[in-house]
Amino acid sequence: MSTRTLAVVSAGLSVPSSTRLLADRLAQASAEALAALGLEAGVEVVELRGHARDLADNLVTGFPNTALRTAVDTVAGADALIAVTPIFSASYSGLFKTFFDVLGKEALTGKPVLMGATAGTARHSLALEHAMRPLFAYLRAVVAPTAVFAASEDWAGGDATSAALSDRIRRAAGELAALVAQRPRAAVADPFADPTPFETLLAGL
Amino acid sequence: MQFGVFSVSDITADPTTGRVPSEAERIQAVVTIAKKAEEVGLDVFALGEHHNPPFFSSSPTTTLGYIAAQTRRLQLSTATTLITTNDPVKIAEDYAMLQHLAGGRVDLMLGRGNTGPVYPWFGQDIRNGIALAVENYALLHKLWREDVVDWQGRFRTPLQGFTSTPRPLDGVAPFVWHGSIRSPEIAEQAAYYGDGFFHNHIFWPKEHTQRMVGLYRQRFEHYGHGSADQAIVGLGGQVFMRKNSQDAVREFRPYFDNAPVYGHGPSLEEFTRETPLTVGSPQQVIDRTLTFRDYVGDYQRQLFLIDHAGLPLKTVLEQLDILGEEVVPVLRKEFAALKPAHVPDAPTHAARVAAAGGAKDATVHAPADDVTGQSRQEVQSR
Repeated sequence: MSTRTLAVVSAGLSVPSSTRLLADRLAQASAEALAALGLEAGVEVVELRGHARDLADNLVTGFPNTALRTAVDTVAGADALIAVTPIFSASYSGLFKTFFDVLGKEALTGKPVLMGATAGTARHSLALEHAMRPLFAYLRAVVAPTAVFAASEDWAGGDATSAALSDRIRRAAGELAALVAQRPRAAVADPFADPTPFETLLAGL
Repeated sequence: MQFGVFSVSDITADPTTGRVPSEAERIQAVVTIAKKAEEVGLDVFALGEHHNPPFFSSSPTTTLGYIAAQTRRLQLSTATTLITTNDPVKIAEDYAMLQHLAGGRVDLMLGRGNTGPVYPWFGQDIRNGIALAVENYALLHKLWREDVVDWQGRFRTPLQGFTSTPRPLDGVAPFVWHGSIRSPEIAEQAAYYGDGFFHNHIFWPKEHTQRMVGLYRQRFEHYGHGSADQAIVGLGGQVFMRKNSQDAVREFRPYFDNAPVYGHGPSLEEFTRETPLTVGSPQQVIDRTLTFRDYVGDYQRQLFLIDHAGLPLKTVLEQLDILGEEVVPVLRKEFAALKPAHVPDAPTHAARVAAAGGAKDATVHAPADDVTGQSRQEVQSR
């Protein structure tokens, strides 16, 4: 069975966090959907809370420290990304945005992305469409049409609402798996491995 | 191997006193630092070029010419000369002039400059940074090697029948280093011409240095200038020393915490781990510096940053004493013992003149002067 790597970025702040809970359910469902397509999924989780200071340092120094570099490389090298944030003040959290600010503008080009968000009330749900989707569009990611939002009421067990959450997770995961299956394995471009010959630079003036 | 210091030329408040030096004070201080560098036995002093506060060094050749007049041995260099926003014609003239006045003790390090607003002040655009570096250096290279230049490019007015004066001293152009933190195009450029490559090797993890130098060496060989380990490599480095390492850390911490580039971010300990910064005893600086060779190979020039972030002149001069007395003599010996015979020494004017087959007068005489209407040949034949 061929393997694909799913990077999961979770920007939840509390422990345990509903953001991480949603991220794990999206990852689990995506792995199952990939398995149904004959692909094995390796899941690697990046908890941004653990990198809060690393991210601030990166803003100041211009480079990721060793710990953050591992996280950045995990996401850049993955075949797909599941990105989940709490909604703060009508948008993704600052911590979440900072990670994508320092990630490198080519890191997500063409990469399948599944978006998720959490908040206390469903009134925040369209932040996914109005704030988060444009962010990933700018980064030239290929975003699954279904984004999954979970409000407090979605976590209440057993009623029609939580069934709807499971349905949305399943649908989104299926879309992500289909995008991943269509694409070759991710390769990170290395400008040092294949430099532009100087004659080409001169000729390009 | 050459050892020296390079200065960014920042005017920064001393965070321990709140005192901000004046331009006049800093300009005199940098001259004092350069003279002290020679006095303690260092080989190189390099000065930055900037065109906006908080920096004072807009005109490095003026400063370096003044220093040249007061030193005898010191190699004078830049860190860096802006190849993007300076007219390459003016660089050719200014540095050839300085080379003559300093008796050949001049080389220069070219860099692009990373401050967006500076470019339009000089009629350029930072988005053309790489293309400017490529084209402007192609012209500079030609101006120092061909007496009469016809030129047409994308960025400056064409030249027809132009002679850059003075011609390089003894007919040999100043040695050029190309500096860049992470643009492979610049490593490629240095390799193509067989010039030196300098990595500033401060404020950034060593992996950037390692990759850039690795690429430069590999491409230097590709372009037929010699084997990869014969390429000419220079490194920066940042140190602060006291006899006891705890004293060094205690004294440097407020300067570190408030430094213009990296201050208010990582701790001194984290930054020491993540970048080549070494704060400690002279022995710790020796040990750390010797490890640079492990990831760039045998190299030709090591410059230290010791003058920035508001450190008072007195402290900087003390750092120079420690470098000259305790650190550099040991490093010289250790590096020399490790260097294989086929790896070249750092380039000097004398060595380059010898390699070119001896000194020659490269003066280009006017076909006819404006006063007599006669050429030098005609005058002499009378």
